[in-house]
Amino acid sequence: MSSRDAILQRLRHRTGGELTAPECDFSVLNRPDWSTAEKLDMFERTIESVHGEVHRTTESGWIDRLAEILQTRGAQTLLIAKEHEIGKALKNATENREDLPQLLVYDEAIDSWQETLFNDVDAGITSTRGGIAETGSLILWPSVDEPRLMSLVPPIHIAVLKASELYTTFHDAMQSQNWAAGMPTNALLVSGPSKTADIEQTLAYGVHGPKELIVLVIE
Amino acid sequence: MSETTHHSAHHIDVKEFHPRARAAIHNPQIRQNFRKAMDGLMTKRKSAFEGWDLETLRDLGANIRMRALANLPDLLEQLEQKLTENGVTVHWAADGDEACEIVRDICLARDAKSVIKGKSMVSEEMELNHYLEDQGIEALESDLGEYIVQLAEETPSHIIMPAIHKNTTEISQLLHDKTGTDLSNDVEYLTANARLQLREKFRNADVGISGVNFAVAETGTLCLVENEGNGRMTTTVPPCHIAVTGIEKVVPKLEDVTALLALLTRSATGQHITTYFNMISGPRKADELDGPEEVHLVLVDNGRSTIYQDDELLDTLRCIRCGACMNHCPVYTRVGGHAYGTTYPGPIGKILMPHMVGLDEGRHLPTASSLCGACGEVCPVKIPIPDLLVRLRQEAVDGDKLHPAKVRGHGAKRGTVEAMIWKGWSWMHARPGLYRLGTALGARFRKLQPGKLGGWTQYRTAPKLAAKTLHERMKERSQ
Repeated sequence: MSSRDAILQRLRHRTGGELTAPECDFSVLNRPDWSTAEKLDMFERTIESVHGEVHRTTESGWIDRLAEILQTRGAQTLLIAKEHEIGKALKNATENREDLPQLLVYDEAIDSWQETLFNDVDAGITSTRGGIAETGSLILWPSVDEPRLMSLVPPIHIAVLKASELYTTFHDAMQSQNWAAGMPTNALLVSGPSKTADIEQTLAYGVHGPKELIVLVIE
Repeated sequence: MSETTHHSAHHIDVKEFHPRARAAIHNPQIRQNFRKAMDGLMTKRKSAFEGWDLETLRDLGANIRMRALANLPDLLEQLEQKLTENGVTVHWAADGDEACEIVRDICLARDAKSVIKGKSMVSEEMELNHYLEDQGIEALESDLGEYIVQLAEETPSHIIMPAIHKNTTEISQLLHDKTGTDLSNDVEYLTANARLQLREKFRNADVGISGVNFAVAETGTLCLVENEGNGRMTTTVPPCHIAVTGIEKVVPKLEDVTALLALLTRSATGQHITTYFNMISGPRKADELDGPEEVHLVLVDNGRSTIYQDDELLDTLRCIRCGACMNHCPVYTRVGGHAYGTTYPGPIGKILMPHMVGLDEGRHLPTASSLCGACGEVCPVKIPIPDLLVRLRQEAVDGDKLHPAKVRGHGAKRGTVEAMIWKGWSWMHARPGLYRLGTALGARFRKLQPGKLGGWTQYRTAPKLAAKTLHERMKERSQ
């Protein structure tokens, strides 16, 4: 008999008899109905407590803010998506202004340019599928257009979040967006820059992933 | 090395708990490192649950895990079916050796020479690194704590913080000796160097191996909880990802992970959430630009289906591996994780390991406890750890041939003299007349009582028999 069948058989013919499944009441996770402003305050407070940086901006002002942020950090290159409106807006903007870094488009399979991504990209910008106020988390839903490594390999990750897409809790976000109906190959909650406390519980940022997480909140 | 000798790679003797514990207690550095870390973790956990109805949340956690275990075989089949639909290959392993062989075969089929690993306690259970090295495949740990432990050629001393037994100076010296970094107590500098060295390894690894925190049956999703990003690197950069997990990690609904995650990170390190909560549901699709082209899941039994048979012991399988029980354990805090000599140390190890190594080898584990109850009080899924310790203590001295107990090696601690004493004790207690006569005689001849009572009086004074029995005193009062 295969190990699979042997394991399943042992589990099915339990000597202690059949088990009954208890009811699960998730109401302990419920939170009051916060307004968008309250959710944003909560989100900001929580993500900043773990070194995330939040910039409140607008539909018309975010590119200016982004240029400023990247200039202070001396970023030379910024990785963008090909089709997403964020990438398109940045491409259009570079035609009239000089203060943005050089834009790199993630439009080729990683296998051909892995070394460049690891060594020569200073920052990556992605969209989000909303945020979670209670835990200060961003929902990332990598896609063909915004591949998984955009938010992981460059030392600076910039995420664009619409304030109107903030949820109160993880449970709330998952139920509202009906995740159970189908998940992408990879989905993520990102709550701050990469960190470790493995050396004598001393916090250090940017151990494997981005050293900085910058959230542009569009109000 | 042949496959049959793999188990002998187990270089730590679990039975030698006492000498190791004694050595640790007399090592001020170890004592200090653990005390400091555990105090910090207890405080952080407490503040992370402020404002929560913690009892109700723990009830929910326990119920979610119980619901999953009640339907375990069906859920495993559903998980397998969903993952297969998503393009993930599912393997089943009866024990650690078979799981190692499955991993080896996947590596061989890809002609893989190097493996990068994310944190996985199941892979520690399998002793996978040693096995792969024997097969000529380099296996490198990428979690910073695991990386340090691997460089030191040690094993993790804590399931969440593997290198907690070392302080910064010790780690700095180790990294200097093994990787050539400067001696420095600047943690940022040490971390940045590890980042540099490991980035190259991620880029060039043929296979990435990770653990799994929760496996969701309804969507076929593998969830990983981490702060560093090494888990994401491991599961995204190499062309092949192998996840290894125990069969108990499955939950029916995606919704279930919301409550378990809330409990896990707060219980473990006092964080509201970790930096990354990574949900993997399949390999790279044809039009996607990154991610592994192959994803495998190895479901490891290794004694779990045996624990599953018994109504009490079953509770052990609820565990979500947060480590809160060790953080709050007065014994663990004093002897540290290595004294146990087991993959899982501390209270959870004491109830889990006897099933994996047998009660003959693990006979000291259930008794390495003061039964203070702290572990049971903080467990996020309400595993009655103290009750299970008592149950395993009973099994260790079990002598019932007609209704043999469930755990392998039961009765290993049974001594003929002790068994006879208790037999006599129970015989006498069932006969009131004889009992009174016995206690009366004991009181009369109490001067003859020996001052030393074996192990009992090694750290305690011997209890003294009273001059008069309780019955006699009661009789006097009523007169």
